[in-house]
Amino acid sequence: MKVYLEKTNEYKEIEASTVKELLTKLKVNPSTIIVTKNNELVTEDEKISSKDEIKLLSVISGG
Amino acid sequence: MACKNCLEKPVIKLQNNNVSLCKKCFIEYFEKKVKKTITDYKLIRKNENIVVACSGGKDSTVLLYLIKKITSNRRDIKITALAIDEGIHGYRNKSLEFLKDFCNKQEVELNIYSYKEEFTKSLDEILKTYKGIPCSICGVLRRYLLNKKSKELKATKLATGHNLDDEAQTITMNYFKNNVKMSARLGPIAGIIRDKGFIPRIKPLYFLTEKEVASYAFLKGFMDKFNECPNSPLSYRAQIRDTLNELENKYPGTKNGIISSFIEILPLLKEKYKNDHEVIKSCKICDEPSSQDICKSCYYIETVIKA
Repeated sequence: MKVYLEKTNEYKEIEASTVKELLTKLKVNPSTIIVTKNNELVTEDEKISSKDEIKLLSVISGG
Repeated sequence: MACKNCLEKPVIKLQNNNVSLCKKCFIEYFEKKVKKTITDYKLIRKNENIVVACSGGKDSTVLLYLIKKITSNRRDIKITALAIDEGIHGYRNKSLEFLKDFCNKQEVELNIYSYKEEFTKSLDEILKTYKGIPCSICGVLRRYLLNKKSKELKATKLATGHNLDDEAQTITMNYFKNNVKMSARLGPIAGIIRDKGFIPRIKPLYFLTEKEVASYAFLKGFMDKFNECPNSPLSYRAQIRDTLNELENKYPGTKNGIISSFIEILPLLKEKYKNDHEVIKSCKICDEPSSQDICKSCYYIETVIKA
């Protein structure tokens, strides 16, 4: 499935059946992002498929 | 796993205790926690003029919204927003556009002051010649303006959007740099001593993680992007932040543990250092409070900006 990484403004092609599996494959720390599925906020337990629009939004802001 | 309270579909699993909450219950949890911090630490008293330090980022936007909401039935409380435009092209100009629109919708007066107007140069211009870590000079200049301008706005409190992650980073940095005395100034209400030159700073988001604040901002529809300052990755703080996040991932509750244990020892630190503070003088150049004859901000203005 296509996953949008907001921090680097890029799409990555990756296969995963849950958000948790996705984050593990992408080596992304869950503390540093929130994940949306079809523009709804979801937890790491959420099941995902290739039909879903998945976005990883980095929560780190400011300086 | 369903929402712990109502069995609806969860939107977040709280990092600290593995509890899942749905949108409605998370928003209630979040707002309750902010109210509890304000009440427990007496952050807002009667007849206050609260100036909220805003950047257009998620933390201060959530803070401004909630302080306004929580005090909406208090006629003795005035809320004003204060923003500093450091002059970071492609970053601050965008966040300030958002902030102007947000304050307009929230009907909150917004005052913006820029490095360019106050110090003659924007941060981008300063960094053309300053070769140190950007956050070092920027942090000093920003804090200087926040205090000075909130005094001019006759603030009784300056509210900042510092969250649990920010505070855990500062506590850790102070430990690592053998600066425990500096930690005595931390906490939901900052400072050890009262001096008329300093506006007391309050941090109502103190017990909420960065991820929780971002989730709240997203769920309330404030924003769906949380931009990082382009200079931030260069800072020592960013290294500590990444390290703490790695530890949090391996050992959930790490950041909360740092804050909880710190809150326990904070009264002891304040007591220990209450008579040990430097004498507060007035800067010979700008008259702002300073521990030295010339404050750090004027030092940078004279040696970096005017050089």
